[in-house]
Amino acid sequence: MRVLELFDGPLAVEDILARWYREESGSNYGAYIPFIGTVRDEEGIEALSFDIYEPILKSWFDAWQERAKAHDAVLKMAHSKGDVPVHTSSYIAAVFSPKRKVALAMINDFVEDFKASAPIWKYDVRNGERIYAETRSTPMAGSGLLKG
Amino acid sequence: MVKVEFLGPIGKAPLELDVTNLAELSKALQGDPEMKKWLENCAVAVNDTMVADLNHPLKSGDRVSLLPPVCGG
Repeated sequence: MRVLELFDGPLAVEDILARWYREESGSNYGAYIPFIGTVRDEEGIEALSFDIYEPILKSWFDAWQERAKAHDAVLKMAHSKGDVPVHTSSYIAAVFSPKRKVALAMINDFVEDFKASAPIWKYDVRNGERIYAETRSTPMAGSGLLKG
Repeated sequence: MVKVEFLGPIGKAPLELDVTNLAELSKALQGDPEMKKWLENCAVAVNDTMVADLNHPLKSGDRVSLLPPVCGG
Protein backbone atom coordinates (compact mmCIF):
# COMPACT_ATOMS: atom_id res chain seq x y z
CA MET A 1 0.00 0.00 0.00
CA ARG A 2 1.46 3.31 -1.06
CA VAL A 3 0.14 6.50 0.50
CA LEU A 4 2.33 9.08 -1.18
CA GLU A 5 0.61 12.12 -2.64
CA LEU A 6 2.29 14.79 -4.80
CA PHE A 7 0.64 18.11 -5.61
CA ASP A 8 1.47 21.09 -7.79
CA GLY A 9 1.95 24.12 -5.51
CA PRO A 10 1.11 24.46 -1.81
CA LEU A 11 -0.63 21.68 0.08
CA ALA A 12 -4.27 21.98 1.19
CA VAL A 13 -3.16 21.08 4.71
CA GLU A 14 -6.52 21.11 6.49
CA ASP A 15 -8.14 18.99 3.76
CA ILE A 16 -5.32 16.44 3.69
CA LEU A 17 -5.13 16.05 7.47
CA ALA A 18 -8.91 15.70 7.75
CA ARG A 19 -9.08 13.23 4.86
CA TRP A 20 -6.32 11.06 6.32
CA TYR A 21 -8.10 11.16 9.70
CA ARG A 22 -11.33 9.99 8.06
CA GLU A 23 -9.54 7.30 6.04
CA GLU A 24 -8.18 5.69 9.21
CA SER A 25 -11.07 6.43 11.55
CA GLY A 26 -12.18 2.80 11.49
CA SER A 27 -8.70 1.26 11.57
CA ASN A 28 -8.34 1.06 15.35
CA TYR A 29 -5.19 3.19 15.47
CA GLY A 30 -4.73 4.89 18.83
CA ALA A 31 -2.26 7.48 17.54
CA TYR A 32 -2.15 9.83 14.52
CA ILE A 33 1.01 11.95 14.52
CA PRO A 34 1.48 14.38 11.63
CA PHE A 35 4.45 16.60 10.87
CA ILE A 36 3.70 19.67 8.74
CA GLY A 37 6.48 21.66 7.08
CA THR A 38 5.65 25.32 6.42
CA VAL A 39 7.73 27.78 4.38
CA ARG A 40 9.13 30.52 6.63
CA ASP A 41 9.57 34.14 5.63
CA GLU A 42 13.34 34.51 5.90
CA GLU A 43 16.19 36.06 3.93
CA GLY A 44 13.77 37.78 1.60
CA ILE A 45 12.50 34.71 -0.23
CA GLU A 46 9.11 34.80 -1.94
CA ALA A 47 8.67 31.04 -2.04
CA LEU A 48 10.47 27.73 -2.06
CA SER A 49 10.31 25.59 -5.16
CA PHE A 50 10.77 21.83 -5.53
CA ASP A 51 11.81 19.30 -8.17
CA ILE A 52 11.02 15.65 -7.45
CA TYR A 53 12.33 12.49 -9.09
CA GLU A 54 9.26 10.35 -8.61
CA PRO A 55 10.45 6.78 -9.43
CA ILE A 56 13.09 6.73 -6.68
CA LEU A 57 10.91 8.70 -4.25
CA LYS A 58 8.25 6.01 -4.64
CA SER A 59 10.62 3.09 -4.06
CA TRP A 60 12.15 4.88 -1.03
CA PHE A 61 8.66 5.48 0.37
CA ASP A 62 7.54 1.89 -0.29
CA ALA A 63 10.53 0.59 1.70
CA TRP A 64 9.49 2.82 4.63
CA GLN A 65 5.90 1.66 4.35
CA GLU A 66 7.14 -1.92 4.78
CA ARG A 67 9.03 -0.88 7.93
CA ALA A 68 5.88 0.79 9.26
CA LYS A 69 3.82 -2.30 8.48
CA ALA A 70 6.21 -4.43 10.53
CA HIS A 71 5.22 -2.24 13.50
CA ASP A 72 1.50 -2.44 12.67
CA ALA A 73 1.69 1.21 11.62
CA VAL A 74 0.98 3.08 8.41
CA LEU A 75 2.78 6.09 6.91
CA LYS A 76 1.25 8.81 4.79
CA MET A 77 3.11 11.58 3.02
CA ALA A 78 2.21 14.56 0.86
CA HIS A 79 4.70 16.86 -0.88
CA SER A 80 4.55 19.82 -3.23
CA LYS A 81 6.06 20.18 -6.68
CA GLY A 82 6.88 23.63 -8.05
CA ASP A 83 6.51 26.88 -6.13
CA VAL A 84 5.26 27.07 -2.55
CA PRO A 85 4.88 30.66 -1.22
CA VAL A 86 5.95 31.70 2.29
CA HIS A 87 3.47 30.82 5.04
CA THR A 88 2.08 27.91 3.06
CA SER A 89 3.09 24.25 3.41
CA SER A 90 5.08 21.92 1.19
CA TYR A 91 5.31 18.75 3.25
CA ILE A 92 3.16 16.57 5.46
CA ALA A 93 4.25 13.24 6.90
CA ALA A 94 2.09 11.24 9.28
CA VAL A 95 2.21 7.98 11.14
CA PHE A 96 -0.79 6.04 12.37
CA SER A 97 -0.10 3.30 14.90
CA PRO A 98 -1.91 1.35 17.58
CA LYS A 99 0.05 3.10 20.35
CA ARG A 100 1.77 6.49 20.48
CA LYS A 101 5.37 5.43 21.18
CA VAL A 102 5.80 3.69 17.84
CA ALA A 103 4.35 6.66 15.97
CA LEU A 104 6.43 9.24 17.86
CA ALA A 105 9.67 7.37 17.19
CA MET A 106 8.80 6.60 13.59
CA ILE A 107 7.82 10.15 12.62
CA ASN A 108 11.25 11.34 13.77
CA ASP A 109 13.18 8.58 11.99
CA PHE A 110 11.10 8.94 8.85
CA VAL A 111 11.52 12.71 8.56
CA GLU A 112 15.26 12.48 9.25
CA ASP A 113 15.72 9.88 6.52
CA PHE A 114 13.45 11.87 4.22
CA LYS A 115 15.81 14.83 4.54
CA ALA A 116 18.84 12.67 3.66
CA SER A 117 17.40 10.26 1.11
CA ALA A 118 14.29 11.54 -0.67
CA PRO A 119 15.20 12.67 -4.22
CA ILE A 120 13.75 16.17 -3.90
CA TRP A 121 15.61 19.39 -4.76
CA LYS A 122 14.81 22.71 -3.14
CA TYR A 123 15.21 26.19 -4.59
CA ASP A 124 14.75 29.63 -3.05
CA VAL A 125 12.59 31.90 -5.20
CA ARG A 126 13.78 35.50 -5.27
CA ASN A 127 12.54 38.04 -7.82
CA GLY A 128 10.91 35.16 -9.64
CA GLU A 129 14.22 33.33 -10.05
CA ARG A 130 14.87 29.81 -8.71
CA ILE A 131 18.18 29.46 -6.85
CA TYR A 132 19.28 25.95 -5.80
CA ALA A 133 19.47 25.70 -1.98
CA GLU A 134 22.88 24.09 -2.26
CA THR A 135 24.21 24.87 1.24
CA ARG A 136 21.08 23.41 2.87
CA SER A 137 21.17 20.22 0.80
CA THR A 138 22.56 16.84 1.81
CA PRO A 139 24.53 14.49 -0.46
CA MET A 140 22.70 11.15 -0.74
CA ALA A 141 24.35 7.92 0.45
CA GLY A 142 26.99 6.82 -2.04
CA SER A 143 27.59 10.32 -3.40
CA GLY A 144 30.86 10.96 -5.20
CA LEU A 145 30.95 7.51 -6.79
CA LEU A 146 31.85 8.95 -10.21
CA LYS A 147 34.39 11.55 -9.06
CA GLY A 148 37.31 9.29 -9.98
CA MET B 1 24.03 3.13 -25.92
CA VAL B 2 23.53 4.08 -22.28
CA LYS B 3 21.36 7.09 -21.50
CA VAL B 4 22.69 9.41 -18.78
CA GLU B 5 20.32 11.91 -17.19
CA PHE B 6 21.17 14.76 -14.86
CA LEU B 7 18.50 15.42 -12.24
CA GLY B 8 17.37 18.48 -10.30
CA PRO B 9 19.60 21.55 -10.41
CA ILE B 10 22.33 20.13 -12.67
CA GLY B 11 20.42 21.45 -15.68
CA LYS B 12 22.28 19.45 -18.31
CA ALA B 13 20.63 17.74 -21.26
CA PRO B 14 20.72 13.90 -21.25
CA LEU B 15 23.62 12.15 -22.98
CA GLU B 16 23.86 8.87 -24.90
CA LEU B 17 27.22 7.20 -24.25
CA ASP B 18 28.85 3.94 -25.30
CA VAL B 19 30.10 2.66 -21.90
CA THR B 20 30.05 -0.80 -20.32
CA ASN B 21 30.30 0.06 -16.61
CA LEU B 22 30.16 3.00 -14.22
CA ALA B 23 33.96 3.36 -14.14
CA GLU B 24 33.93 4.07 -17.88
CA LEU B 25 31.08 6.52 -17.38
CA SER B 26 33.10 8.24 -14.65
CA LYS B 27 36.05 8.69 -17.02
CA ALA B 28 33.79 10.01 -19.76
CA LEU B 29 32.14 12.58 -17.48
CA GLN B 30 35.43 13.73 -15.92
CA GLY B 31 36.30 15.19 -19.31
CA ASP B 32 33.40 17.62 -18.98
CA PRO B 33 34.47 20.71 -16.95
CA GLU B 34 30.89 21.67 -16.08
CA MET B 35 30.40 18.24 -14.44
CA LYS B 36 33.48 18.33 -12.18
CA LYS B 37 31.67 19.92 -9.20
CA TRP B 38 28.65 17.64 -9.56
CA LEU B 39 30.69 14.42 -9.75
CA GLU B 40 31.99 15.21 -6.25
CA ASN B 41 28.55 15.14 -4.65
CA CYS B 42 26.16 13.21 -6.89
CA ALA B 43 24.71 9.81 -6.08
CA VAL B 44 24.03 7.38 -8.91
CA ALA B 45 21.07 5.23 -9.91
CA VAL B 46 20.89 2.68 -12.71
CA ASN B 47 17.37 2.07 -14.03
CA ASP B 48 16.01 3.83 -10.90
CA THR B 49 17.92 1.66 -8.40
CA MET B 50 20.64 3.33 -6.31
CA VAL B 51 24.09 1.82 -6.87
CA ALA B 52 27.38 2.13 -4.98
CA ASP B 53 29.82 0.07 -7.04
CA LEU B 54 31.94 1.53 -9.85
CA ASN B 55 32.13 -1.94 -11.41
CA HIS B 56 28.38 -2.01 -11.89
CA PRO B 57 27.94 -3.21 -15.48
CA LEU B 58 25.97 -1.22 -18.03
CA LYS B 59 24.31 -2.52 -21.17
CA SER B 60 22.70 -0.81 -24.10
CA GLY B 61 19.33 0.61 -23.10
CA ASP B 62 20.29 1.18 -19.46
CA ARG B 63 19.48 4.53 -17.94
CA VAL B 64 21.88 6.15 -15.45
CA SER B 65 20.67 9.03 -13.25
CA LEU B 66 22.92 11.45 -11.38
CA LEU B 67 21.28 12.74 -8.20
CA PRO B 68 22.76 15.88 -6.62
CA PRO B 69 22.40 16.76 -2.89
CA VAL B 70 18.77 16.75 -1.76
CA CYS B 71 16.61 18.88 0.50
CA GLY B 72 12.96 17.93 0.64
CA GLY B 73 10.35 19.37 2.95
